[in-house]
Amino acid sequence: MSDFGILAFGAYVPVTRLQRSAIHATNKWFAKGLGGLAKGEKAIANWDEDSVTMALEAARDALDNIDRARVERVVMASTTLPFADRQNAGIVKEALNLPDGVGAMDVTGSQRAATSALLGALEGRATTLVCAAEVTTPKPASEREMAAGDAAAALLVGAGAPIATLIASHSVTVDFVDHFREAGAAHDYDWEARWVRDEGFARIMTPAIAALLDKGGVNGDAVDQFIVPVAVKGVPEMLAKKAGISDAAVADPLTAALGHAGAAHALVMLSAALEVAKPGARILLASFGQGCDLMLFEVTDAIGSVKPRLGLSGWLARRSESANYAKYLSHRGLLQLDRGMRAEHDSKTALTALWRNRRAVLGLVGGRCIKTGTVQFPKSEVSVHANDHAIGTQEDYPLAEMPAKVMTWTADALTYSPDPPSYYGNIDFVGGGRMMAEFTDFPDSALQVGADLRMMFRIKAFDENRGFRRYFWKAAPAF
Amino acid sequence: MAKGIRDKVAILGMGCARFGERWDKDEDQLMLEAYAEAVADAGIEASQIDAAWLGAAFDAQNIGPSGIPLAVALRLPDIGVTKVENYCASGTESFRGAVYAVASGACDIALAMGAEKLKDTGYGGLPVRTRGTTFDMIGITGSAPGNFAQLASAYRGVHGVGADDLKRAMAHVSVKSHANGAKNPNAHLQKAVTMEQVLNAPMIAEPLGLFDCCGVSDGAACAIVTTPEIARAMGKTDIVTVKALQLATSNGWEMQASGWNGSYFHTTRVAATKAYEEAGITDPRAQLSLIEVHDCFSITELVTMEDLHISKEGQGWRDVLDGFFDADGRLPCQIDGGLKCFGHPIGASGLRMIYENYLQILGRAGERQRQDSPVFALSHNLGGMPNQNVSSIAIIGRADA
Repeated sequence: MSDFGILAFGAYVPVTRLQRSAIHATNKWFAKGLGGLAKGEKAIANWDEDSVTMALEAARDALDNIDRARVERVVMASTTLPFADRQNAGIVKEALNLPDGVGAMDVTGSQRAATSALLGALEGRATTLVCAAEVTTPKPASEREMAAGDAAAALLVGAGAPIATLIASHSVTVDFVDHFREAGAAHDYDWEARWVRDEGFARIMTPAIAALLDKGGVNGDAVDQFIVPVAVKGVPEMLAKKAGISDAAVADPLTAALGHAGAAHALVMLSAALEVAKPGARILLASFGQGCDLMLFEVTDAIGSVKPRLGLSGWLARRSESANYAKYLSHRGLLQLDRGMRAEHDSKTALTALWRNRRAVLGLVGGRCIKTGTVQFPKSEVSVHANDHAIGTQEDYPLAEMPAKVMTWTADALTYSPDPPSYYGNIDFVGGGRMMAEFTDFPDSALQVGADLRMMFRIKAFDENRGFRRYFWKAAPAF
Repeated sequence: MAKGIRDKVAILGMGCARFGERWDKDEDQLMLEAYAEAVADAGIEASQIDAAWLGAAFDAQNIGPSGIPLAVALRLPDIGVTKVENYCASGTESFRGAVYAVASGACDIALAMGAEKLKDTGYGGLPVRTRGTTFDMIGITGSAPGNFAQLASAYRGVHGVGADDLKRAMAHVSVKSHANGAKNPNAHLQKAVTMEQVLNAPMIAEPLGLFDCCGVSDGAACAIVTTPEIARAMGKTDIVTVKALQLATSNGWEMQASGWNGSYFHTTRVAATKAYEEAGITDPRAQLSLIEVHDCFSITELVTMEDLHISKEGQGWRDVLDGFFDADGRLPCQIDGGLKCFGHPIGASGLRMIYENYLQILGRAGERQRQDSPVFALSHNLGGMPNQNVSSIAIIGRADA
């Protein structure tokens, strides 16, 4: 058995679950035919989340109780990367507070981005953190809007005691354009579904799956989990049948509770499969997009020794129902609300200052005085200790994983927020350190003094004048 | 050892523009309005002013930076004019500059002007602004109501005061100030309000409703100071002197360390203790005649009663409800209507408070005059947020007190 493979896995699902019935209630005058899809719910990113912040949360989920110093390379896969030219994986690296001596890479451009990234890691030698996340913005009243959901996953690949190893892989690349999105465009353009099903999924994937099974030296009936991240009903079952894989092995595409998370969906489903996998189980992962990436894994005896912090099931359980379709449209820039003059405030970021303070801003690294033990944020030359203003005595003290408690709070209806009121207040970290923080993901009226918090990496502000976004940490209800 | 400012400087004259939505005026016109009254009161000419200080916080609104706008507005005789900015304590800061200049002996007569033109923004409330390149990446600017509202959540928790009790005490603060402002022709809001109106007003920042917040307005206030000797030599008989002038500035302890509980102003406690010592006041609750405090929000005024060592910790809300600080109470607070009724043209507010105390001590406050001949009057002018701020205290009084 190889000592190289998947070492850890995690996922992330944003807390808000938009009810598809609410979407249809608004759109049915125009798109009555979508009524059949108007059931269940889809996970939607908060206004302050993007694929980078979500990938980071998935990475934290996967790396729980794992020494982050093991990570040698960070790969970020998505077709909705916030930056076209600023390494998105690099932001994840900073937020994880990894040492600077790691490699990083963004992978994009196809629904296969995440599986290609994973395959690259599995065929390499480095201990690689593969993150995938997607926040899509389908056109309102489209079938894609009903199908899509936002989610992220992360896998740590490397040498050690893997929980799953790669038995075989097979890739096909053909320029089959079932849908596309031009660079910089907001929405996808879809071709006829019947053609995609018959000429795409069936005709391209069926022989490829057969080739993979052949390479792996197994028959279809040896596959215990068949992961096909395709939102089209019946397609995974059709492919299973053609490959001789049992119906029972076909993995839940998570349509009802999450929606299809684009390029990230393959890893989201793989993460879900690993949560319940038994030693010896064979998992076939098949992703589609201008061809396909196919991977056959075997689960090892080490499964169960490594658990994500919450895992997909935990994230799905951390859930807040919403029927507010208008809020979703507004947060995706699809509904221009009168935001008032306060929204005109210029959030220009001085890149020089961001660079100097990157560990505090992106990593939430504070300081601890080696003389007095005083913890503070941000770190400063002179200690904040009331009776010992020692100079130059602070060492780095990461606060991102520290639990915190609400000290004071308010619900501010005056300050501009994309999701008013703006909740913020002073928070105290368990073990020392205090800061004023924005609260995020709080349901109305849940804030109280003493409430337990967990820090989350989020978008602090958008600089619309320059097309930049400012990231920082916010306090969410503990989970 | 420094002996402090007590009785070294006298107020020669003061003036205050009408506060409000002065749509037809620029800031230089507001400054002139305050100056004209002050210079007439002082009985001097501009040529006698040796130096001037301008307190303005949002200089991007209307006047722009530096001391030049004041020098130009008043056509001051090529003297040194210094612009100071210390958040909402900028008015008292300008007074401090002028008072210290006279006390040092470097100037015979100095002028302090506080001015602000906030109604050029296009919206209500304070202008949204940066708090600095680095702070903006990691800090919360929020709104003033949102920042000060947090005092209430902490105060309730620390002192075990019920939300309804505290909200009622906060409402009493505002009802009292509106009743006072109704008697003041210079106030922006000159209308009484009821407890019901205050309690049922729309929420701005939990638990601060509309009437728990002061508004913003345009305004200016001016002081001309000299030594008591020069004042007497100019024929002044009723002389008001500066008894104490203290400023405490947060060093980050409240926001970053862990000793502060969020329910009070650390700086105000420090400044108050020093100010009483400087003024020779040993029992402020008994010795002070009047107080004007920085009631930007009702909850600010309420906790400030404790921070000024007038009410016992955790008991300020009871004193408020008992009417201790009403115009006819033992120690009137905001007898002119306060920020609540004047609004808060940032740089002007600190000097507006001193102006009211000055008028009251001289018996010139008209319909709202306190009848028991005020002796010591305190003003408290605060800038920033509860967790990081500048707190200033000025005590003035009869020269013979």
